[in-house]
Amino acid sequence: MRDDPFRLGGREFHSRLILGSGKYPLPQIREVVAAGEPDIITLALRRVNAQGEANILDYLPPGKTWLPNTSGAQTAKEALTLARLARELGCGDFIKIEVIVDAKYLWPDNEETLEAVKLLVADGFVALPYMTPDLVMARKMEKAGAAAIMPLGAPIGSNKGLTTKELIRIMIAELETPIIVDAGLGRPSHACEAMEMGATAVMINTAVATAENPPAMAKAFALAVKAGREAYLAGLGPTTEAAASSPLTGFLKSEPPKASQ
Amino acid sequence: MNLNGQPFELDQTRPLSEVLALCGYDHTLVAVLVNDQVAPRSQFNRLEIKNSDNLEVVAFVGGG
Repeated sequence: MRDDPFRLGGREFHSRLILGSGKYPLPQIREVVAAGEPDIITLALRRVNAQGEANILDYLPPGKTWLPNTSGAQTAKEALTLARLARELGCGDFIKIEVIVDAKYLWPDNEETLEAVKLLVADGFVALPYMTPDLVMARKMEKAGAAAIMPLGAPIGSNKGLTTKELIRIMIAELETPIIVDAGLGRPSHACEAMEMGATAVMINTAVATAENPPAMAKAFALAVKAGREAYLAGLGPTTEAAASSPLTGFLKSEPPKASQ
Repeated sequence: MNLNGQPFELDQTRPLSEVLALCGYDHTLVAVLVNDQVAPRSQFNRLEIKNSDNLEVVAFVGGG
């Protein structure tokens, strides 16, 4: 496969599969990462007790880019505080902005997320906002300096797939900023479809973590993402009612079948 | 002092690094909010914590 990197925040990435680290027993994360070969891995930030909690970074290989999220933030200011705490942990300036108030669907608050993009960019972060797909809002986030836009395919953790396909297709067509489809993709075919449409990358957590065999599913997603990217670069053929793919001359009988009325 | 929502009696004003060690934390693995302000890692040895302060101690966990 050709070398086909993409750039974010001044870094070059070769894998277009971003993996989340949530919902795994810690030892399994290592196997999932080895199988899926992501360059970027997301993390969250939470209160910790003093004793007895293992350090997740001990279970992740070096040389990856950490993408801490701001989950738990309900306002732009809270997102900024979480981002600054993550930066103090010494894992770089990349932040996936999550600002969520809705508890049932974990639906992003786009307006507050835009404010968070402004605050984080001003503070030197490489900001990747998770958002409800919306062209106008995505343009505002792009203008505010977002390094990539992360529209949801379906609600977080739902495994429902690319339910927002048309909205994301428009964003990919109209925006200069990379589009990384995040949330809701449940099957490798969903990820493949997003990549065929021209998404720069996809982010997957629950679909792998809830599979019967998470490492094997991570590999399946990695293959699907590569296939989808190759298909996008190859240029998909047009859809038609029907068109013969074999010659319509030289039949053993004298005439081809007649078109039905 | 309050640490992650739990009361903790601090006998005297101490530097943050010492408070973290007293509470059993490896200070290289955590980030700290002191009264809603992010404590820079470079200040851990200098920042004085009083018994009236409110600390939030966080670390990376798995997340999507």
